[in-house]
Amino acid sequence: MSPLPSSAARPSSIASDHSPEFPLSVHDLTVAYHRKPVLWDLDLDIPKGSLAGIVGPNGAGKSTLLKACLDLIPKTSGEVLIYGKPYEDQRDLVAYVPQRESVDWDFPVSALDVVAMGTYRKIGWFKRVGKKQKEQARAALEQVGIGHLADRQISQLSGGQQQRAFLARALVQDAEIYFMDEPFAAVDAATEQAIIELLQELNSRGKTVLCVHHDLATVSRYFDWLVLLNMRIVASGPTKETFTRENLQKAYGGKLNLLEDAAHALQNVGR
Amino acid sequence: MSVADLHIIASSGFFDTLIETLFLESYNTRLVVLGTAFLGATAGIIGSFLLLRKQSLLGDALSHATLPGIGIAFAVMVALGGSGRYLPGLLLGATITGLLGVLLVLAIRRTTRLKDDAAMGIVLSVFFGLGVAILKIVQEIPSASAAGLDSFIYGKPASMIMSDLIIIGVTLLLTIVICLIILKELTLLCFDDSFASTQGYPTTFLDIILMGLVTAVTVVGLQSVGLILIIALLITPPTAARFWTNDLRKMLWLSAFIGGLSGWLGASFSAFFEDLPAGAIIVITAGIIFLISMIFGPTRGVLPRYLRQRQLKRQVGRQHILRSVYEIMEAEQESHPLKNLPISLERLRDHRVWSKGELPRLIRQARSEDHLERQPSGELRLSESGFGEASRITRNHRLWELYLIKHADIAPSHVDRDADMVEHILGAEMVHQLEAELELQEHTLESPHVIENETPPNAV
Repeated sequence: MSPLPSSAARPSSIASDHSPEFPLSVHDLTVAYHRKPVLWDLDLDIPKGSLAGIVGPNGAGKSTLLKACLDLIPKTSGEVLIYGKPYEDQRDLVAYVPQRESVDWDFPVSALDVVAMGTYRKIGWFKRVGKKQKEQARAALEQVGIGHLADRQISQLSGGQQQRAFLARALVQDAEIYFMDEPFAAVDAATEQAIIELLQELNSRGKTVLCVHHDLATVSRYFDWLVLLNMRIVASGPTKETFTRENLQKAYGGKLNLLEDAAHALQNVGR
Repeated sequence: MSVADLHIIASSGFFDTLIETLFLESYNTRLVVLGTAFLGATAGIIGSFLLLRKQSLLGDALSHATLPGIGIAFAVMVALGGSGRYLPGLLLGATITGLLGVLLVLAIRRTTRLKDDAAMGIVLSVFFGLGVAILKIVQEIPSASAAGLDSFIYGKPASMIMSDLIIIGVTLLLTIVICLIILKELTLLCFDDSFASTQGYPTTFLDIILMGLVTAVTVVGLQSVGLILIIALLITPPTAARFWTNDLRKMLWLSAFIGGLSGWLGASFSAFFEDLPAGAIIVITAGIIFLISMIFGPTRGVLPRYLRQRQLKRQVGRQHILRSVYEIMEAEQESHPLKNLPISLERLRDHRVWSKGELPRLIRQARSEDHLERQPSGELRLSESGFGEASRITRNHRLWELYLIKHADIAPSHVDRDADMVEHILGAEMVHQLEAELELQEHTLESPHVIENETPPNAV
């Protein structure tokens, strides 16, 4: 992959000015797949303790942004800092919940096994999952409301229960920052409610949560910080300030049906 | 039954040889049968991970890509003045081009937008074609006997010697040890590689270990099952094992067992069909075990699943018809306790919407279970046991409805359908729990919603 001409590259000395207080700061991030840029010159700071939503049309690069932050895909240029340091030095501070469809739910493991995977890093190489980790995993499953399903094989869980198991896996990591890729996609209403309550609970304990989200109608109810993304950052800031008609129009462009959704959503602002 | 007993039963020569082979009585067969069994077990273990990593076809590309290496290694060894048929040299060549094939697939995957299956298909067929051509060329080298190189294609376990058995045994041990040591890491890699990567696990390195073991078993198995069929030994045992269990550990052991059994039986059988390629017989044996697993495997087998569905369907049908009869009797009678009086077929037909042919089938079923009797007048009447069952079913249904209304905020008009779905799986314990929850003592319950007759479908 040939690097793009870094037209907007700034001197690297500025990069280090990013305050280490920010759980996540993205600086001049560009990501390209097959020479086609997906993210362009992103600059982004997420303040500590925010419950932030990343919103934008399909193909805006929302998941790509998360993956680039977690070194899952190569960055063409730019840097991502977690509390002032590169991700590879801060893995223990970050928990990641991928999209539910990204794994094979027919895999021969139980819900408890999946949750216990969140403890592997702490256990270390070669050692088995011990009693303590199993208890942690069980507690996390209780916390997301499916403790009674711990020993079920994961294909026997409903979509919402699978999402809850993923969330429980993130919980056992006991991280500071939670990256969530569409946690509300295709789950039942009860699960959506349970998940948002959990995220709010994490948030109230000072954790930072970053959520890729697609439902504009719930944005103002769920998130106190909003990133509007469409290959570039359209807006990033407190939801009250950024969730505006102009910003949505900029992010969603001429996609009229979405604009209607947005207009509808805007009516809900402040309720 | 001991081996000695079997001997007495098997007086004919054919059975003598069969038993001799199966129970490893002669040195040569012992070697061959043990060797293929070990190979099958190794392939069963490592194949499980390959399958779960969704890379089975990569294993196929690898095995086919070994062929040019065998030809080239032969030519090189002849050129250096050797015999050309020195086995470790041939296997080294096989390993090199096999890995080259895998690397090529990975390179195509990374640099182009070709789909995986296309990339593997191209590498697999081109390398194999190349191998066939090279083999043809080296066979024409004068003064070098290349005869027997073909046996790498279809396999020839009978050519196995003690050192081969040792190599296979070591590979098996190595595979078991490595897989046990990094079981946790391999599981994570196969289930969710991006999560593994965020946790700091070197996924590429783990993949290399996995592919390294696949390469080892492929190369070691070239001699006995051949490069075309080794993939079957990698895929068939784990897929068969999957029908028996939902637990990864059990699946691994079972897959090793099935692989080992296929090797054992296959090699034994092939002693009788000397004209047929042994690799094929081993694979057919594995295929038969797969077929049996697919049909009878208790966890995901076709037959158990069908039986479970049929049983549920019968149970649901029974509850529908008995409750309907009970509700009709309730509607027709003023007085309590309810008397078991006959009802008309028309009344039953109009009581709820039955799908086509369902009602006659359910009546037949209920009669065969002695729940329902047909009166000489043509009317239907519950038997004594049917009456008891019907009142129990109706009560459970209403218990559940009440629970839903009280605790789940479901409108009474909607509750019937949800109760319908759940009541079929209510066990005695849950019924007690429901009773306690709802603080109920009395035996009969009134329906929490109005029971209407469904409009018959032909009136719509």
